[in-house]
Amino acid sequence: MIGKVIKYNLKNINTDLIIPARYLIKSDDIYLAQHCMEDLDRDFVEKVKTENYQILVADSNFGCGSSREQAPSAIKASGITCLIAPSFARIFFRNAINIGLPIIEFPSIGKLKTDDILNIHFEEGLMKNISTAEEFQVKKQPSFLQQIISAKGLINFARKQIE
Amino acid sequence: MMQIMGLTITEKILRDHCQNKKAVAGDYIMAEIDKCLANDITAPIAIEVFEKVIEDSKAEVFESSKIVLIPDHFTPNKDVASAAQCKILRDFATRHNITNYFEVGRGGIEHCLVPEQGLVNPGEVFIGADSHTCTYGALGAFSTGVGSTDLGVAMALGKCWLKIPESIKFIYSGRLNEWVSGKDLILYTIGEIGVDGATYKAMEFTGDTIKGLPMADRFTMCNMAIEAGGKSGIIEPDKITTSYLEAFKKLEDCFYSSDKDAEYHDIINFECANIEPQIALPHSPDNVKSISEVHNMKIELDQVVIGSCTNGRLADLRNIAKILKHRKINKKLRCIIIPGTQKIYLKAIERGYIESFVNAGAIISTPTCGPCLGGHMGVLAEGEKALSTTNRNFRGRMGHVNSEVFLSSPVVAAASAIKGYITSPEYL
Repeated sequence: MIGKVIKYNLKNINTDLIIPARYLIKSDDIYLAQHCMEDLDRDFVEKVKTENYQILVADSNFGCGSSREQAPSAIKASGITCLIAPSFARIFFRNAINIGLPIIEFPSIGKLKTDDILNIHFEEGLMKNISTAEEFQVKKQPSFLQQIISAKGLINFARKQIE
Repeated sequence: MMQIMGLTITEKILRDHCQNKKAVAGDYIMAEIDKCLANDITAPIAIEVFEKVIEDSKAEVFESSKIVLIPDHFTPNKDVASAAQCKILRDFATRHNITNYFEVGRGGIEHCLVPEQGLVNPGEVFIGADSHTCTYGALGAFSTGVGSTDLGVAMALGKCWLKIPESIKFIYSGRLNEWVSGKDLILYTIGEIGVDGATYKAMEFTGDTIKGLPMADRFTMCNMAIEAGGKSGIIEPDKITTSYLEAFKKLEDCFYSSDKDAEYHDIINFECANIEPQIALPHSPDNVKSISEVHNMKIELDQVVIGSCTNGRLADLRNIAKILKHRKINKKLRCIIIPGTQKIYLKAIERGYIESFVNAGAIISTPTCGPCLGGHMGVLAEGEKALSTTNRNFRGRMGHVNSEVFLSSPVVAAASAIKGYITSPEYL
């Protein structure tokens, strides 16, 4: 994939910042996406739309807190198609894998900034920063998780088990 | 020759719940689950996922008695939208004959209710679409929070993918100081290791202090493992576990323990003689200070909340009743007390605790998660400060994005409700 970066240089961006609980009275992704990240950056949704940002970069322990799957779902529905952080909180991590939102654990986020254009080859574990002409090896997920990722999420993976 | 290492309690339980009988920490497994749980926020999505998974097949829920549904977050229904969410659970429970659906008035806060109903046993694998599902490690079960898709799939297959976690062993030694509880031990621990200090890891709580710790405090400690990023918290079952489980006639043959030569990611020792009551300051559960330091800061409060899946148990109410009896809540603040379940509520009435609370000027709420997540029943205005016995104090957690939440044990919260600022019962 090729996409443009929006970056928040903040550790421990928690699920209450990603989607505040006051909006969890509904589980409609489009409704949730309207409020994605609003307690952190009121203009996030607008920026993603007008600037066509596709890759969200943040610092470590992204998605800590609640188990709410509405957090990665809201990010996905806002138009973001890939997440990059040095580390993710574990329930957020599995939720992202399960709903088919690509996620990359990448320690050197200092090499990425807002408006950079990245070209990511997930299968080869390669990431190219087109804006700086730098190239990085990125950690591939273990083969067990690759099966869920290539099924585009846990639902399809599970359906195959039933068949 | 490779040395064969011993196993942790967590490795043993998970190995016994999957097909790979050689699985160890780091391995991915499809775990057979004993129970799965969801609430009014996570179940509606899980139910949608379940329908998609079984679509076009004649498949049913894997075992209706192993599914637990508890509407507790926005209940009693706070508005039309949340009423619709709760209705999805209710209808699903009826359609699939799920007997472990707990209606408002006959249930309570999930992590207080599940053990009380005998729905979790030592040695089991319990997953819940709620991050505080890690609570049940207090009984020597492997229990962990998952997402709604995990839960929807689990309701169809009875299985959940898991990576067997490495463990960190926390050894607590010595007698607890006066007014120090399990809440203070876990806040202290999170303060020491940070909110990502145990990410992906099982937190195994052990040592002579834990051996003497009452069940309610054990639940509190395991409940907050997630606030350090932990996958689970776990305590080896012992005599205290046995006496707790006697009510449910559970056998001890499901008691697992770690081998002496088990491999740990880390072993951390804490001397309890050094631990005072702890406060987590805004906006993170690891921003922890001792009460003597916070007392001197004279932090004035607008609200005190006592309850939640962390500290809404009968023992918590008993401890605060001793403090609130014959005293008055400070006129500058509101004190909201929330019994964890209907059973706890009733016992608190029978024992006179509720009368003491009402006489003191506190308000008693029906069992609900309500204010903990800024849902309802005690939401904060801009600039307000609350001291709460809940588990998270992220920015905006209890209401306005510019409100502040401090975390403490119930006795510290009760003493502070009387004084009007954050203090210890020692200073009453």
